[in-house]
Amino acid sequence: MNTHLLTSSQTVGPFFAPTLLRKDALRNVLVQPETEGECVRIEGHVLDGDRLPVPDAMVEIWQANARGRYRHPADQGPAPLDPSFVGFGRSGTENEGSYWFETIKPGPVRFDNERWQAPHICVTVFSRGLLNHLVTRLYFADEPTNATDPVLLSVPEHRRATLLAQRHEEGTSVVYRFDIVLQGEGETAFFNV
Amino acid sequence: MNHITIGDIVRGDREVFPPYLYEAYQSTRRRAPRLPLIEVPLTLSELTGPGPAISALTPEDADLTRNAGTGGEAIGQRIIVTGRVLDDRGTPVPNTLLEIWQANAAGRYLHKRDQWPGPLDPNFLGMGRCVTNEDGVYRFLTIRPGAYPWHDHPNAWRPAHIHFSLFGSSMRSRLVTQMYFPDDPLHALDPVFNSVPTAQTRKLLIAAYDHGITEPEWALGYRWDIVVCGPSATPFESREGKQ
Repeated sequence: MNTHLLTSSQTVGPFFAPTLLRKDALRNVLVQPETEGECVRIEGHVLDGDRLPVPDAMVEIWQANARGRYRHPADQGPAPLDPSFVGFGRSGTENEGSYWFETIKPGPVRFDNERWQAPHICVTVFSRGLLNHLVTRLYFADEPTNATDPVLLSVPEHRRATLLAQRHEEGTSVVYRFDIVLQGEGETAFFNV
Repeated sequence: MNHITIGDIVRGDREVFPPYLYEAYQSTRRRAPRLPLIEVPLTLSELTGPGPAISALTPEDADLTRNAGTGGEAIGQRIIVTGRVLDDRGTPVPNTLLEIWQANAAGRYLHKRDQWPGPLDPNFLGMGRCVTNEDGVYRFLTIRPGAYPWHDHPNAWRPAHIHFSLFGSSMRSRLVTQMYFPDDPLHALDPVFNSVPTAQTRKLLIAAYDHGITEPEWALGYRWDIVVCGPSATPFESREGKQ
């Protein structure tokens, strides 16, 4: 039984960066040289209802490791933890509203006893003008198991494309582009979780 | 669900959380989503979260009066801000990271985008971090922030506040909010504070002066408890059970 009213949310405002994006905090690079998995760069823009860049947002990501295991006590395996991977990242946005992460593509995570989820990254967006943060997911557009992912299938079909990061190969590196549109045409599908 | 009126989109309990669109706070107008949030099943991805791992990795830095690295002390009324982080069942949330930031005693932030003519304090950065103890208790030593002018509407002033960011145990307990001080006449005029939908939940954002926390010849004490979502029983099944 829930007896305590939750504390409400307030905007992160315009002045969070020196604190939340401190150099000694976990930031854009989630991987070390020894981290297992396919290295990918995630990059994109945060855009407002006029399709203008949002230069004062913060994007946080949370993901499983290459074997599909979260570094969290609620994930009891059996996939192994990777000692060189936490799975959390934070990026501010630049003047063009751009953010980026260097990470690995996560492995599949269980949905229930029978089903698996497609590889995905949990994405949270904060900014001035957002009284509560926004929650969504990044999926990898070239991943065949997207077709059976129970969470993606619960998103109306015409909005699923907003959750698919598009793969590009730039030299030897793999980049997935994922723009986050807060409002209007192409508005990202945000979740009530 | 088909007809969405302005200000109707809320994440979480609409008795507690602000709508994304709150027109009096002008910055919401082009940043609030227009389409309904999507109800999705909760999975291991949402029932885990970075809280436990990053709380263990982040150094504490809970004295804002002396953490500027100058050897000097911040100017202002020294205050202790302390309280407990609880989940919605009242269970303390131990070992969770809180990050705070605030204006100085004159209401000025140390930030390139804050250019109003309030004085900066070279001995005050306005940033702090601490991790709750085994009873869910956090404690910061800081100075009382001043009110802060902004451009939302003519002669707009934010009431004195401290920004808080915390993680809790899962993605669902992630919270960024602001703590206010009691008896501030600016509360009634502030659209950010008033975006919180009920008087009861707004009141929960205001710390209480607590003379038991006040230390003689040293600092005034304020108590502020924070309540975040607790762990859910199991992935998916718990949500199915409600349907």
